[in-house]
Amino acid sequence: MLELTRRREASKAMLWLTPVFAVILTIVAGGLLFALLGKDPVEAVRLIFVQPFLDPFSRTELLVKGTPLVLIAIGLSLGFRAGVWNIGAEGQFIMGALVGGAVALAFYEIPGVWLLPLMCFAGMAGGAAWAMIPAILRIRFNANEILVSLMLVYVAELLLSALVSGPLRDPDGFNFPESRMFHDSATLPILISGSRAHIGAAVALGAVIAAYVLLERHLFGFRIKLFGQAPRAARFAGFSEAGLVAACLGLGGALAGLAGVFEASGPVGQLVPALPQGYGFTAIIVAFLGRLNPLGVLLAGAVMALTYIGGETAQISMNLPAAAINVFQGMLLFFLLGIDVLVNYRLRWRRAA
Amino acid sequence: MDLSALDPVKLALSLIIAATPLLFAALGELITEKSGVLNLGVEGMMIVGAIGGFATGLNTGSLALGVAAAAAAGMALAALFALMTQYLMSNQVATGLALTLFGLGVAALAGQDYAGKTLDVGGKLDIPGLTDLPVIGPLLFGHDALVYLSLLMAVAVWRFLTRSRAGLVLRAVGENHDAAHAIGYPVRLVRVGAILFGGAMAGIGGAYLALVQTPLWVEGMTAGRGWIALAIVVFAAWRPWRALLGAYLFGGVTIVQLNLQALGVAIQSQYLSMAPYLVTIIVLAIISADRARARLDAPACLGRPFHAAS
Amino acid sequence: MRGAEGKTALFEARGLRKAFPGVVANDDVSFSVGRGEIHALLGENGAGKSTLVKMIYGVQRPDEGEMLLEGRPFAPRRPGEARAAGIGMVFQHFSLFEALTVAENVSLGMNDAPPARALERRIREVSAAYGLPLEPGRHVGQLSVGERQRIEIVRALLQSPKLLIMDEPTSVLTPQEAETMFGTLRKLAAEGVSILYISHKLEEIRALCDGATILRGGKVTGRCDPRAETARGLAEMMIGRALAAPAVADWKPGAPKLSVEKLSVPGAPPFGVALKDLSFTLRAGDILGVAGVAGNGQDELVAVMSGETRAPSGAIRIGAQPIGHLGPDQRRARGLLVAPEERLGHAAAPDMSLVENAILTGRRRAGLAKQGFLRFGAARRFAEGVVSRYGVKTAGLDHAARSLSGGNLQKYVVGREIEQKPEVFVVAQPTWGVDAGAAEVIRGAIRDLAKNGAAVMVISQDLDELMELSTLLSVIAGGRLSFPIPTREVTVEQIGLLMGGGSAAEPVEIGLLHA
Repeated sequence: MLELTRRREASKAMLWLTPVFAVILTIVAGGLLFALLGKDPVEAVRLIFVQPFLDPFSRTELLVKGTPLVLIAIGLSLGFRAGVWNIGAEGQFIMGALVGGAVALAFYEIPGVWLLPLMCFAGMAGGAAWAMIPAILRIRFNANEILVSLMLVYVAELLLSALVSGPLRDPDGFNFPESRMFHDSATLPILISGSRAHIGAAVALGAVIAAYVLLERHLFGFRIKLFGQAPRAARFAGFSEAGLVAACLGLGGALAGLAGVFEASGPVGQLVPALPQGYGFTAIIVAFLGRLNPLGVLLAGAVMALTYIGGETAQISMNLPAAAINVFQGMLLFFLLGIDVLVNYRLRWRRAA
Repeated sequence: MDLSALDPVKLALSLIIAATPLLFAALGELITEKSGVLNLGVEGMMIVGAIGGFATGLNTGSLALGVAAAAAAGMALAALFALMTQYLMSNQVATGLALTLFGLGVAALAGQDYAGKTLDVGGKLDIPGLTDLPVIGPLLFGHDALVYLSLLMAVAVWRFLTRSRAGLVLRAVGENHDAAHAIGYPVRLVRVGAILFGGAMAGIGGAYLALVQTPLWVEGMTAGRGWIALAIVVFAAWRPWRALLGAYLFGGVTIVQLNLQALGVAIQSQYLSMAPYLVTIIVLAIISADRARARLDAPACLGRPFHAAS
Repeated sequence: MRGAEGKTALFEARGLRKAFPGVVANDDVSFSVGRGEIHALLGENGAGKSTLVKMIYGVQRPDEGEMLLEGRPFAPRRPGEARAAGIGMVFQHFSLFEALTVAENVSLGMNDAPPARALERRIREVSAAYGLPLEPGRHVGQLSVGERQRIEIVRALLQSPKLLIMDEPTSVLTPQEAETMFGTLRKLAAEGVSILYISHKLEEIRALCDGATILRGGKVTGRCDPRAETARGLAEMMIGRALAAPAVADWKPGAPKLSVEKLSVPGAPPFGVALKDLSFTLRAGDILGVAGVAGNGQDELVAVMSGETRAPSGAIRIGAQPIGHLGPDQRRARGLLVAPEERLGHAAAPDMSLVENAILTGRRRAGLAKQGFLRFGAARRFAEGVVSRYGVKTAGLDHAARSLSGGNLQKYVVGREIEQKPEVFVVAQPTWGVDAGAAEVIRGAIRDLAKNGAAVMVISQDLDELMELSTLLSVIAGGRLSFPIPTREVTVEQIGLLMGGGSAAEPVEIGLLHA
């Protein structure tokens, strides 16, 4: 009989090995899925995991897709560690894009180096404010932040749709529900010429480093970990839970909002109803795959960006359905969570008594 | 705005139709949570139920087979959740999220050939004489079988929890799994059973959407109803009859907002569409505000993992 | 077997062995219980009593050896089978469900429970017959500890057991409640029920039991008739060495350190205890022992002292400074340190290393954090100091707190606070679950602290420990704290009565404890 015995402490080796196992298992299971769909599994896996590295444009696209994923996942992972379950990053992403985008449109055709920083700031404020709704409702009314933050995703999507077909609609756009294209001062500088990779990638890298320092060296990170592992010990230590909930949600919202501004003022260049691409949800997978650790999130963000880009390639060249990639990503999270058992438990055979 | 266009009987009927999928899903999750398990994957289980039910209904023309397939699909996803959380000790919150993401993906993949198709599997009750009565005829005797099933399930769940031995054991497991284990109850098995029931009910709720309410298949058609069902369980304070009330309340909000849109109220439709989500948030805040009450109502072991030492 | 003299053995264990990873809990354990015998299983915490009982009740299965019930092989695979065979069990940590009613709780513990109505009637019958008053319709969460234990006993009795196992039944009872329970047990034994009585309380066993098996380190180290032994003799069999007579502390109190005045705190719903009108003063050198049965406001008292629960600012003062409104961190800065009862998850974070757990309370007073940044070097040195001075056995400072044994973690937690040189130190259950050697280290450190001018409050359910350690004694019952009196003048009878919520002025007969 296969039996689990609890380890005296978490295995550090397994902590980093299990995500690798999970990726391998996902590739195997994904291959099976593709075979079931009547596609060549080896070719599909090659297209998803290898092809993006071979093509120079795809390589830069990794940065484009990876930036929002990493930014959002960094914020989420801080919260998840503390037991604050913000799963409405998609909504905060939209609100960031909306508020930042509104600033861009308000100063339409007005040049100035101050505009982009202002937009970023506004977007972060928008995302953070949206995240403060579940924070305040949890602190003040004890309402479950999972449900509240998720409900607000739907509200934000509807609000985006309402505004781009209302006040923010392009006056010369033949009534299409979309805003004007942002002018040059409101567009992110490109990092690598000839690509869409923008300065946001550098910001994301900075966020990773800052989060790492915060988590490993600063009392704030200590507090986050303590609340996540042993809330009673955290209160005994003298940390306030309300402050932590607000800080985690606020920070997560701000980073998601920033990702939203980057998306609107970078690769998209305007506000459209289809702006949210599910980054806010995929980032949940990134956060877990990265072990809720900033450096891990960076790697996991790269892996997930790969599946996005490779998935698109496979869609076009193999006629693979778009949803197959979502299933693929979902499987990855499943395998990871399942295999995670090895971190805290030892697996061993025992003859049935 | 022409209020005479509103027919109260029609309004009531559409309210019942809007409430039924919520009721199924909420009752299932209520049982799951009573056993001490928080499954956030309701949305995912609903949507695989929707596509499973729709595909089967379209291919066989049978409502019953469609519903059975939907229940099976929801249960299959729930079984995955049970395996992960009960045997591999994974985090319930994370696994529930994964279930939703995975379910949405699977449903989209399975449903790509069905997009935009419609079907009519019927199933409406029609008793000559009774169904034709004015007002009460359509209200009492004019529904499809699933509406009656959902109400029956509400009563059954209530009876099960308060009157049956198995229901007592289920509550005990959700209240204190260590004690239940010490007395000799199979904590894991009870929970797996509760999770599977929750999956089947969510699947049927999804099937109702795709087979009766719309009736067609659209990707992502559950549109947050699984999450609203979770909120209804909190609103219901884990009591079946309050879940019934909650489902009809949220059904009502949906219908009011849709009718206002149809009446051409001078507000952008998107703002009206926000209503169910905003109401959910407000209701959650009001219900949860009484912390003492909330702590007493909620199963004490909700969301806590159980691993027997021996 | 001496314990079973004159009676046929009802239950017999032969060579039982049970091992867990890293520890052999039971090794070649053999004993027998006669019909109608009250047989004691005597041993210290960690001697292997609970494992043994779990095997008899079918919660765990032995690796080796066999059991006989009425002469036939007996190997229950689950508690239901054990119950069907006639084994009844009263758990030490009650296996009760707070949100369910008494009747529902009883029903859950029976193999074939009768319908609700009939069950309620039978509960009333049995509780009347054995002097165990219970109201079937009440929710367990509202009941006292003594009442809760009655549910367990009634539940076991309703199945007409042949062998009733009582696991540390008096550890949470007042002396008076315990005496009532002894009466019940004697009556049962007279009716032919065998009782396996697990305890480490010597007087109790001498007064109650007909035979005894003594366990130490998982092995049987002796069998005797406890009525023919002295308490000292039993203790030596149990602990394995002679007991030292308690030393009377030299006690000269100094200036007031902590004053609590008219402190009232509402109980946290739904089952918390309200603290009512607490007033006392601790001077330098005082060690105030707070006795009392669990669940009478101890947890609330610790929380309001640590600052996890806030109080009106003037209700608690250090020196003259009001601190009632301050949180844990600011109280630490002013010299009030607390070591709560629950080590894992409250006093220490289970998955954090010992170094990180030092930062948990020492970040300010021991300077382990500066301008928000953690000082790992300083934290490591601090943790190292605690480990070496308090003899904490650990594989290393980077190992998680939960990898330590209970006793070692307790030494670390208490040491961590004492090393920060508190002005006022509040400690709950300082030696709970700790072996005798470690307990002496901890008590010594507490005495030294008081000797060096700190004021100490020790909250404990172990009366013997409080008698030995404290200079002042007080009892907490129903959220009220009795007026502290010098320990030397206290009698056990007074304490027992106070624990039951009575007044110390009334005279009282406690035959059993001193029989």
